[in-house]
Amino acid sequence: MATFNTNQFKGGLKIILDGDPYAIVENEFVKPGKGQAFNRVKVRNLRNNRVIERTFKAGDTVEAADVLDIDVQYLYHDGEFWHFMEPNTFEQYQASEAAVGDADKWLKAQDTCHVTLWNGTPLQIDPPNFVTLAVSETDPGVRGDTSGGGAKPATLETGAVVRVPLFIEEGEVLKVDTRKGEYVSRANEG
Amino acid sequence: MTEPDWQPTATPAMLERRGAFMAAIRGFMTARGVLEVDTPVLSRAAPSERGLASFAVDDAGYLAPSPEHALKRLLAVGAGPIYQLGHVFRSGEAGRWHNPEFCMLEWYRPQADVATLIEETSELIARVAGAPRAQRRRYRDVFTQHAGIDPIGATPTALAACAQSHGVAPHEPPADASRAFWLDLIMSLVVQPQLGHEGPVCIREFPADGAVLVETDPVDSRLAQRFECYWRGVELANGAQELVDADVARERMQGEIQAQQNAGQRPPPIDEALLAAMSAGLPRCAGVALGVDRLLALMLHCDSLSQVLAFDWARR
Repeated sequence: MATFNTNQFKGGLKIILDGDPYAIVENEFVKPGKGQAFNRVKVRNLRNNRVIERTFKAGDTVEAADVLDIDVQYLYHDGEFWHFMEPNTFEQYQASEAAVGDADKWLKAQDTCHVTLWNGTPLQIDPPNFVTLAVSETDPGVRGDTSGGGAKPATLETGAVVRVPLFIEEGEVLKVDTRKGEYVSRANEG
Repeated sequence: MTEPDWQPTATPAMLERRGAFMAAIRGFMTARGVLEVDTPVLSRAAPSERGLASFAVDDAGYLAPSPEHALKRLLAVGAGPIYQLGHVFRSGEAGRWHNPEFCMLEWYRPQADVATLIEETSELIARVAGAPRAQRRRYRDVFTQHAGIDPIGATPTALAACAQSHGVAPHEPPADASRAFWLDLIMSLVVQPQLGHEGPVCIREFPADGAVLVETDPVDSRLAQRFECYWRGVELANGAQELVDADVARERMQGEIQAQQNAGQRPPPIDEALLAAMSAGLPRCAGVALGVDRLLALMLHCDSLSQVLAFDWARR
């Protein structure tokens, strides 16, 4: 079992606390001139994303978490799991709903996603920052209609709904920022 | 192999400020009649104190974590008020406010009371760093105020519960966690961050727990005649009425060595030269050790020590 000593603590380090994988967010070394040293850390639970604070006596050891971040290709959803493949090794991974979460509405086959693996099992799926998706349904925009602020809702092929300019029509392919959930441009434009 | 980062961590402007700052410190000490001395950085022996880890140097001894032992040996032969301004080394101390090599100003006045040194420390900080005169508080009062427990006489169990209630208790505290352990923890993580936000503050009457070369309070033996100064939550200085009895010193130092051995460490041997000087006769004296880099960094509103160091630990 691999371990880390507190003097190895730094942002990004993956450790096990109470049986869960955590990433160190912040590490502060605290020591009175004439006393015992401590590490005060902020850590993020990689299963539920909650950030907590912990104190360690300097010199203590913690278990290293077998956490890996890799890029994989999205294959398909079988109704229960989402399937991904590492393109170089052809290794396949299946991710549960808990791991996929919101990313589901942006996933299109062949897209490259980021997966955090814990002990070889997907913990979290991150879609690419930008995706290109076709509009499956939207009302025709009426030129000059500013009642919706110059924008209207459009449903994309994955089921995601984004606000788009009035001139966008069904079938058009768009570039979308998945982090903000916003229309960026038509797919062939800048 | 990636190229090492060769550039300094302090800007040229910062180095100019630092140079002027050093000159101001020397000017202050000279005006007060304190003689500058420089004693070896590389010492045959190391202090016997749980909270100080010294770098060992092959076959030659240890890098001094403080000039205390050498300065006391000078006092024992009749040296008057003396100061040393230079680098000290503490193994394993690296962080935002810690660099294993740092600059310390340490001075001693024979025949002085600790109260005199508290006043002088406050004056120094005000004069060279442009800070207001330090407030004075007692450890017992600030601890009670900010942590909600009277630290003097509190049991380890009560202190552990206090730490727990403030959310700072380690998940697995050591089985032998002493009063000193809990006091350090609560003081560093609960009380200290609240101190010195309106200007420097000197906290006197620290608990006697772990104060090795410090005189105990003549009235209440649970207290040591020790003080610390803080500014914006950062510890700046540590001073005391110095212990003069060699036998008490030996006993306490042996206790520290034992505690370190019990914790699986290999402490350096006791400093016989210091004990011999104390037996020969250390005069009644008071002394202070002040972190010069920290004072400069706080004065200039830096958020870490590396900004005031020409090359921090990572770039040494």
